[in-house]
Amino acid sequence: MYIFTTTLVSTGMLRLVWGILFVSFCLYTGWVYLYCDEKKDVAQNDPAVTEGWHLWQQKNCQSCHQLYGLGGYMGPDLTNISRDSSKGEQYMYTFIKYGSGRMPAFQMNDDEVYKIISFLQWVDKSGKSQVPEEAVHWTGTYFIDK
Amino acid sequence: MPLHIRIYTKFVFLLLLAALVLGLLSSWAYLYPELFNKHLPFYQLRPMHTSAALFFIISAASLCIIIFHKITLGRDATNSIYEKTFIIGWIATILVIFTYYGFKQFGGREYWEFPAWLAMPLLFSWASLMIGYYKGWLKCTDKKPLYIWMWSTGILFFFITFIEQNLWQISWFRQSFLRELTVQWKANGSMVGAWNQMIYGSSLFLMVMISGDKTIALNKKAFFFYFLGLTNLMFNWGHHIYNLPAHGAIRHISYIISMTEWLIFISIIQGFKSKLAEARKLRHLVPYKFLVASEFWVFANLTLALFMSIPAVNRYTHGTHITVAHAMGTTIGINTMILLGILGYALDIDSKIQAGKRLFTRAYLLVQTSLLVFWLSLIGAGILKGYRSVSLGMTEFQIMMEPVNNVLKLFAIGGIGIAIGMSIIVVQYWQAMAKSKGIVKDTQ
Repeated sequence: MYIFTTTLVSTGMLRLVWGILFVSFCLYTGWVYLYCDEKKDVAQNDPAVTEGWHLWQQKNCQSCHQLYGLGGYMGPDLTNISRDSSKGEQYMYTFIKYGSGRMPAFQMNDDEVYKIISFLQWVDKSGKSQVPEEAVHWTGTYFIDK
Repeated sequence: MPLHIRIYTKFVFLLLLAALVLGLLSSWAYLYPELFNKHLPFYQLRPMHTSAALFFIISAASLCIIIFHKITLGRDATNSIYEKTFIIGWIATILVIFTYYGFKQFGGREYWEFPAWLAMPLLFSWASLMIGYYKGWLKCTDKKPLYIWMWSTGILFFFITFIEQNLWQISWFRQSFLRELTVQWKANGSMVGAWNQMIYGSSLFLMVMISGDKTIALNKKAFFFYFLGLTNLMFNWGHHIYNLPAHGAIRHISYIISMTEWLIFISIIQGFKSKLAEARKLRHLVPYKFLVASEFWVFANLTLALFMSIPAVNRYTHGTHITVAHAMGTTIGINTMILLGILGYALDIDSKIQAGKRLFTRAYLLVQTSLLVFWLSLIGAGILKGYRSVSLGMTEFQIMMEPVNNVLKLFAIGGIGIAIGMSIIVVQYWQAMAKSKGIVKDTQ
């Protein structure tokens, strides 16, 4: 399967290439941490959002729902549920509190439900889940408006 | 054969069986949640299934490295305190994780849904494996074949990406949702590359053992593809988050790097002819059969991945079952096939299942056929969902999903075939292990 040539490679050369790649990886990682988010205005320190985020994890909401298309596919993507004018806060409250035919009720109190809603409202501010057609460049990549 | 290695081998097979049963239940809970919601809801089954599958892959990969340590690096890892500590810590933590899942106690993120503190014992266990492995690595002064490089890379990068996966516990990362999500999927994407290094390394090792040709793992072209794979591990994770309004450079870099995979694609096609000749020669070997199957699935999933890596295509496939097809295709079709191949080699499976060879062949064919049905129906469901949500712009979820769920019934039926076929194979492996009182071939 891997029989290509029998030319052997020197260990020194292998170490050099490996080292260059690893240093590039470290630099890129640092850059990603610092500069991946250009939207500084939606940075949060709100305890309700943080607690809502933890509840999202504790109730394992990501098993069925997606944020930016990442998560399970049992239920809808909730990235921009807050801005959907046909739904709104009361709609979200009812679903989270009582569930539906497909979604189980999680026995959460009102405080917990509103924390999850706060979290989803904050997520919504970070951007849109679906990429608009006009963002697609002829090269095949996107240019998403911030 | 030390007791802890035997126990670890059995644990690995149990994880595979658990992943199969839980996966089967998950697929039916997805289609008919009303029947499962009361006692075994989908949100509980899914993490149990994914964790069992991931822990099977990672545990089996580490087991292969431990048992072949002596003949590759000259150090008996099966009797080392470091590997023993790893095995005990690793098994114990996984058992605690499943206990938490049993009580519907979560707290992590996708694929690692257990409460966050359990990441610590997993990390310490892995560190112990690393110390043992690199001790052998440092002592060995011979020219190291490619599979040693791949194992070393995989072990190191699993450690790095596992830490990165847990950075969300530092509050600075949580101040920005985009940063948190970017780092999460950077870690997840690279971690897949890390275990692939361990598994593909084992696959290469198996090829050397079967063919007896050591130059396979020492030539320039093989190393070229290793570095290509390493570059993809480091920089090609962006396709998970193409639609995130994060810095555009992440998207562009990932897109450019992912296109280098076309070289791997072309190389696979070029290699088909020689593989055909080898396949005729070695068709009687069980481990070789699994390697051939994995080659087919590499080809199929790489084709899918190449298209998904183009952002304009990803716009339709992201958030659909095409992503699941790719994940399942790689974990079952590639990773599990290679791991069963190498474990079969270690157990000398060919000589142990003489009486049950016909049953094995039937089970093997059932797995491959069912997996194809399973994979194609996921792609079909994904295309339908992408078309209805992106092209038609449907927003009412239940209406949009109605025809998609019908296609997924085929996927669930395919899952039954995989579970039955794979379980038969696992039972035969288990019996082979009982006959030989442990893993024997070339490991002593």
